[in-house]
Amino acid sequence: MTNGTGGDVRLTGIGKTYGSFTAVHPLDLTVPQGSFFALLGASGCGKTTTLRMIAGLEEPTRGTVHLGDQDVTRLPPYKRPVNTVFQSYALFPHLDIFENVAFGLRRRGIKSVRKQVEEMLDLVQLGEQARKRPHQLSGGQQQRVALARALINHPQVLLLDEPLGALDLKLRRQMQWELKRIQTEVGITFVHVTHDQEEAMTMADQVAVMNAGRVEQLGTPADLYENPRTTFVANFLGTSNFIEAGIEGASGPDVVLRAGDGRLVLPRERCRTPATPGAKVLAGIRPEKISLTHADDADSVPEGRNRITGTIADAAFTGVSTQYVVDSPVCQEFAVYVQNVDRDPRLVPGARVVLHWNPAHTFGLDAAQDAAAGVEEAA
Amino acid sequence: MAFVTWFKRNLVVIAGLLTLAYLLLPNVVVTVFSFNKPVGRFNYAWQEFSADAWTDPCGVADLCGSLALSLQLACWATLGATALGTAIAFALARYRFRARGAVNALIFLPMAMPEVVMAASLLTLFLNLGAQLGFWTILIAHIMFCLSFVVTAVKARVMSMDPRLEQAAQDLYAGPFQTFLRVTLPIAAPGIAAGALLAFALSFDDFIITNFTAGSTVTFPMFVWGSAQRGTPVQINVIGTAMFVVAVLLVLLSMVIGSRRTKSRA
Repeated sequence: MTNGTGGDVRLTGIGKTYGSFTAVHPLDLTVPQGSFFALLGASGCGKTTTLRMIAGLEEPTRGTVHLGDQDVTRLPPYKRPVNTVFQSYALFPHLDIFENVAFGLRRRGIKSVRKQVEEMLDLVQLGEQARKRPHQLSGGQQQRVALARALINHPQVLLLDEPLGALDLKLRRQMQWELKRIQTEVGITFVHVTHDQEEAMTMADQVAVMNAGRVEQLGTPADLYENPRTTFVANFLGTSNFIEAGIEGASGPDVVLRAGDGRLVLPRERCRTPATPGAKVLAGIRPEKISLTHADDADSVPEGRNRITGTIADAAFTGVSTQYVVDSPVCQEFAVYVQNVDRDPRLVPGARVVLHWNPAHTFGLDAAQDAAAGVEEAA
Repeated sequence: MAFVTWFKRNLVVIAGLLTLAYLLLPNVVVTVFSFNKPVGRFNYAWQEFSADAWTDPCGVADLCGSLALSLQLACWATLGATALGTAIAFALARYRFRARGAVNALIFLPMAMPEVVMAASLLTLFLNLGAQLGFWTILIAHIMFCLSFVVTAVKARVMSMDPRLEQAAQDLYAGPFQTFLRVTLPIAAPGIAAGALLAFALSFDDFIITNFTAGSTVTFPMFVWGSAQRGTPVQINVIGTAMFVVAVLLVLLSMVIGSRRTKSRA
């Protein structure tokens, strides 16, 4: 269904300012053809402005937008081979579903639209609803009409502006898979704007995490999750624990850290700050990578693992896992997720425990940044 | 006791019917007396049934002439006020310009000002400009006072319109003109229609301002007023009844069309 002559979306030095407020700092971004690309960030981070600059609905203050080899920076939206699925859909209330979907074809002077529109409505499973008005459909159905209305034009790029934001959780999950299926089927480049990190990770091949008008980090979901480069990314995608530690020195491929009375080991290639002895570093670890052992069994913890001690402050049973909050001298409110395989009945609030993990799972970030950056936004 | 219960249960319906009766009673009287055959010049006492006036509605000198003039005025005033008012409403709702606040406030002035004050000042203006009082001065006055009503009706509609609809149209290959024609205008249409209907009704039955600005020209309301001094011909009731019936028929028609449309979609 794609026209193979498409190409990448290339943003070069693109930026947007409103008076003295900078919505998007000059950024470079390349979205490979046929990929599912997500712009992820909290509200006001500039992700929607970036999307609207690709659509042509917002004129960049600087920089250029290229679709393949074509410079579209100065083209109005109705001349760009790009279509948008708007937040809250923006379906035309005075037209029925059929005419909504046919709108783009008709504007381009295509006379016989019936077959195409019917095929497209079948693709989104709305064949029966063709003669209804938008307000007669449910939220999920409206969402699919908005998708069909954009897709029928075979755009080079489909832009999605928080398309699932108005749906309830269950429907959102279902639509995530649906969108992914349709993207694979039609092969069009999707650029998806969302504030939901789970949504971005589920659907996208590549995610750009945006914060305060800048791209903080760009990568595959797994790469972003495993190797966050800033505390913002580490906290915004999932949960991270940070231990403020001093660098003691290097030992082979590792960096040795001192935190309180204990020693921690961090792979050198995962340390984002120079391994100068005496310097500070934030040692990060994801809650699900940590094992929890009761202090009485401390001897059973294998050698070579990073370990700290603490007291369980809180435990929440969530079915699949139990989420513990552990108070430790080196880090208040250490989050630990333990799979409910063999539950140790002694692990209740007040119990002394040893937290230990494979050193390879530790990542080191520059201590100059706020360890809590992005926590609020992700909530 | 049973009556009290029944009364309580149907209180809303009874109140509704009484209100309707209150609203419609004048129309009933006008209709009944359009079939009267009065003795003397005044049509205020029932004498006997007669359809004379219905078979000869223009039988009174100048009546149909004034009616035609009023309809003509109302049509042009509606057209003028709707076109101008819609443009103003869009400008006020969409653009930020220097005198926007002032225009926003001033546009409501004609609605708030006593009509007789406006009428007198218009007359002064026209006389000072040396304008010939007649059709054109009436039309200018009518467009002026209808304008604020149209602006109010259209602006409310435009303000409540999601700006993303127009962006969506542009995104779907509609240029500025197509966007306006296919999306903006159809969505604003109910507001524009409401404004136009208001303008028509206001222009058609205006008496005070018209009386001041008409010179020797006589519109239908002026004719009714003039003849009421000397005696009321039955034909006035005929015209009144006919207009009421036309209005009711139009409403019924729009209801039938509306329900058929929803039915065909269901």
